[in-house]
Amino acid sequence: MVTITGLDLKNPTILAAGIMGTTGASLVRVAKEGAGAVVTKSIGPSPEEGHPNPSMLQLECGFLNAMGLPNPSYVDFTKEIEIAKKEAYVPVIASIFGGNADEFVKIVQGLSPAKPDAFELNLSCPHAEGYGAMIGSDPIIVKEITSEVCNNTDVPVWVKLTPNVTDIVLIGEAAASGGADAVVAINTVRAMAIDIASGYPILGNGFGGLSGPAIKPIAIKCVYELYDKLDIPVIGVGGISTWQDAVEMIMAGASAVQVGSAVFEGLDVFSSISSGIDSFLTEIGYDGVEDIIGLAHEMV
Amino acid sequence: MMRPVNSVIIKIVDDSPSIKTFFFDTSFDSSTAGQFVMVWVRGVDEIPMTLSYNNAITVQKVGDATSRLFELVEGDSVGIRGPFGKGFTLPEKDNRILVVAGGVGAAPLAPLVEYAKDLGAKVTTVLGARNAYELVFKNRFFAVGTLHITTDDGSEGRKGFVTDALNELDVLGYDRIYTCGPEVMMVKVFDILQDAGALDRAEFSLHRYFKCGIGVCGACCMDTSGIRVCKDGPVFNGMQLVGSEFGKYKRSASGQRVEV
Ligand SMILES: Cc1cc2nc3c(=O)[nH]c(=O)nc-3n(C[C@H](O)[C@H](O)[C@H](O)COP(=O)(O)OP(=O)(O)OC[C@H]3O[C@@H](n4cnc5c(N)ncnc54)[C@H](O)[C@@H]3O)c2cc1C
Ligand SMILES: Cc1cc2nc3c(=O)[nH]c(=O)nc-3n(C[C@H](O)[C@H](O)[C@H](O)COP(=O)(O)O)c2cc1C
Repeated sequence: MVTITGLDLKNPTILAAGIMGTTGASLVRVAKEGAGAVVTKSIGPSPEEGHPNPSMLQLECGFLNAMGLPNPSYVDFTKEIEIAKKEAYVPVIASIFGGNADEFVKIVQGLSPAKPDAFELNLSCPHAEGYGAMIGSDPIIVKEITSEVCNNTDVPVWVKLTPNVTDIVLIGEAAASGGADAVVAINTVRAMAIDIASGYPILGNGFGGLSGPAIKPIAIKCVYELYDKLDIPVIGVGGISTWQDAVEMIMAGASAVQVGSAVFEGLDVFSSISSGIDSFLTEIGYDGVEDIIGLAHEMV
Repeated sequence: MMRPVNSVIIKIVDDSPSIKTFFFDTSFDSSTAGQFVMVWVRGVDEIPMTLSYNNAITVQKVGDATSRLFELVEGDSVGIRGPFGKGFTLPEKDNRILVVAGGVGAAPLAPLVEYAKDLGAKVTTVLGARNAYELVFKNRFFAVGTLHITTDDGSEGRKGFVTDALNELDVLGYDRIYTCGPEVMMVKVFDILQDAGALDRAEFSLHRYFKCGIGVCGACCMDTSGIRVCKDGPVFNGMQLVGSEFGKYKRSASGQRVEV
């Protein structure tokens, strides 16, 4: 059991935003498969179809995607959150995006009746014009949006950060000073792949974001730095597919981990990571996850 | 690693005024009937298509990407990823199998019946379409067993729907039943098989909007169990669909519910 921003999780694995999070039923399924909490697809102000396909492909070293934030709008998504809340029996975190503070607030107010357990602000999607990382790279805007959202909800607010900045700590500090209860790091790393038979960029959007094994070392370093400088919890995400990856992320400073691309291998990834962490802790003689959060910082 | 494989069109066959089969220099010999590939029409879109032969897809022209495909000629190429998803449960040697195909839904079923015939299984097909011109792979089905044809306008075979022909067959006399076609058709087949107590021996090949195509994004998840059509399907046993959204609604590219 871990407690993060006041939410009790039966284990420290969380479904990452944008992965099997488009419907209430799929969130429930992932919860039943063993996730300690689930984050929804990022939900915006109006229905979006997203970028044309190809929108995701497997590369030598990970996955490349540019979905383009497809979503049915907060109006239609309310009933999906209701389903998840009723049947998942784990905390349900609503990931949301907007172009400015007013849009964020409108979505928070619109989704609140469905009672999500927390909001995760997507200030980090690398391939959506006018959204995500476009605004999430500016500390002033990040602070403003975070504080406006915090003023308009009673539930915890998590801010998801982009690694595509010179100094992720500056953005993390902006979120914390805006009142964020936790930061989530990292979203995908800007990347691209080209089809050599034709010269076409493969993704429908041209470029997108890299996830999976290739970005784990980047995520570890981001989480390590954020843990060092912030007083709020850091949730680690990026390239986690085994319990060893999760333990490494926790030792870097994460209080919990999110798992995205690894769902490709199978939905049992949550239960295998959480039982692996448990056995590891027992074997070494730790009392719980708290004992190893940020452990690496004590060694240097 | 799964980048699109450059696949050159080596032959194009007109199956009907709105349906063409494209043969490629790339062959997916390890695929199972019912699996699909993602076909990248460069500069337009990437769309799911079932394999109608190990090296071919059979396409109905309905929108942007399929229209662009129809403009391509032999020597042109597309990018193909796959095969993906779960195909049909293959019949066994002594099985009697029944196949119900509507329109371009014949595409995944033709390779299945050919496999069944080679194995020694006994094949019965009900093939339906709007009119005689739209009957896809009539000869492939005819060559492997008994064929019942229906057309909406009566221009060939029996006038009516595949369900009219199905109603006259003893569905419990078959070991396995396979169906693919428009969802409104499949749901009627579903009802008939459910009433007859034959749902557990039936498999349905479904369509939903695919985004990632590899089981990660969740765009094609169905209510109420959250099954992913692209990864857990596209072929499902009838029992998996009981009480589901099948026949009622599906989700658009944005995830909004739309009626089937
Ligand atoms: C598993 C599977 C196998 C299929 N096999 C065949 C086949 O063998 N032959 C055939 O003709 N058609 C097949 N289809 C349907 C085919 O994918 C659509 O007709 C095609 O995507 C239309 O693209 P478009 O750009 O021409 O049309 P659009 O104008 O983009 O859309 C027309 C309709 O096509 C469907 N569609 C569009 N994009 C997608 C997508 N990414 N995923 C799913 N559906 C989409 C939607 O229902 C949409 O309303 C299959 C679909 C699935 C899911
Ligand atoms: C297909 C796909 C869709 C995603 N959609 C979102 C999204 O809607 N919102 C968001 O904040 N992050 C989104 N992400 C990023 C993930 O939540 C996660 O931060 C990233 O993939 C790194 O984790 P991983 O390596 O475990 O996948 C998406 C990632 C993928 C692969």
